[in-house]
Order: sequence, then C-alpha cells, then structure tokens
Amino acid sequence: MLRLTREPIRIDDLLSAVGDPAAGAVVLFVGTTRDHNDGRRVERLEYEAYPGMAEKEIERIAEEATARWPIARIAVVHRTGVVPIGDASVAIAASSAHRADAFAAARFTIDRLKELVPIWKKEFFDGGAVWIGDQTGRDGSWQEPAVVKGSPS
Amino acid sequence: MTIRILLFASLRERTGERALTREVAEGTTAADLLAELRRDLPALRASGRISLAVNEEYCEPERLLRDGDEVALIPPVSGGRGCLQRERSE
Repeated sequence: MLRLTREPIRIDDLLSAVGDPAAGAVVLFVGTTRDHNDGRRVERLEYEAYPGMAEKEIERIAEEATARWPIARIAVVHRTGVVPIGDASVAIAASSAHRADAFAAARFTIDRLKELVPIWKKEFFDGGAVWIGDQTGRDGSWQEPAVVKGSPS
Repeated sequence: MTIRILLFASLRERTGERALTREVAEGTTAADLLAELRRDLPALRASGRISLAVNEEYCEPERLLRDGDEVALIPPVSGGRGCLQRERSE
C-alpha cells in the first residue's frame, strides 16, 4: 500500500497491509498536523501533490528501504487537500522479523519522503498563509528549511 | 519541440499558471528552459530554489529536452530539498 489519498488516513489499513507471519515487529509512524509553527497559531494545513511523480517517488523510497533492511512489508499513505489540525497527514508502517530493522526502515522512509516526494504544505494562520519551505530571507537569500537529519545515505 | 510545463504550490500561485506549453529549439536543456521561464515570468525570479523534473523524474540541469517532454517546476518540498538545487537567479 503506497499511495496518496484525499480521505482521512485509516491507520488500521496500513497495519493490515504490513501484516506478515514472518514479522515479529511492526513500527508505525504517523505525522499529524499541529496547531502551531514558528510562533504562530496554525488554523489548518493544505497539502498539494504532483500526483504521478509523488507516487513514483514513494515507490522508489519503499524499494530503497526494502533493499537496505530485511523488512517484510512497508506501507506509506500521504493525505492531500485540507487536513484539519490533529489529523494524520502521513503514515508509514514497516514490518520485519526484528524491531531494529522496522524502526530503521520507517525512519529512513519518512526522512526521505520529506526530502524528495513532491508534496507541498501550505500553512494557514491568523492573518495569512505560507507555503512551507518557500520562505526567503530579508535579503532575498534562500533560508534552509528544517530538515530531519540522520537518514542513512 | 513542444514542451509542457507544470507549476506547483507557491510557483503556481505566484505565476497564476498551473500549466504552460512552450516551443523550444533542439538542444535546449532543462536549465535553459528554466532560465527562459525566469526571464519571461517575473514571478519566478522572486522564488527560491526550483528543482526540475522531466516526465515525473528529478533531472540534472544538463538534461536535454525532447519533443513532448513534461517538465515540472518543483519548489522546495514540505520538509526538505530536491535533487537539483538552483539558487535565486538575481
């Protein structure tokens, strides 16, 4: 199960998708929308994707994770459109014989996904809206967006 | 050669365009196309890094375009960086 959806993410579906008799561990990561960012109160978030490419990139990342760790199965679902505060915007489940591999694969997958998959997040707050990652500094120079470090490369 | 161009997120909003069609000469690279678009669309000049994808795959700036290619202009994704990072052009 590797896909985008405009509907609320059903976590149970991911857990079923990675069920495997050879697995002794299932790791689930759920990214949820939070009500604050950068000192601002966030009202809602909206995600826009380049659908065909986003799905291909997700598939490629899942293949890479499967090649690096002996995981049994992996599932990735990303929601697009308006996602209310507190809802899941992305979920990743990985199963493996032993927990270390499932943790590592899930961590790798979310880090890579945030780096590479063409999905953009727009934050709506009181008084405005901003595309995350699109902020430029006062002098017009590019400011590094927050990047999750630590993915193996 | 006819190239179809897709714009997303902040680039779509700033330019007011979701998709464009361009005629380009043989030998045009992805970077050439981006430079040309930045010349014609002032809204793109004010944008930060733009990554490029051809036919749904990230590409290098030197990538030669072919007739019928679909080129996507990819602003920074929600949590990180794309493969091809272009500095602000001015």
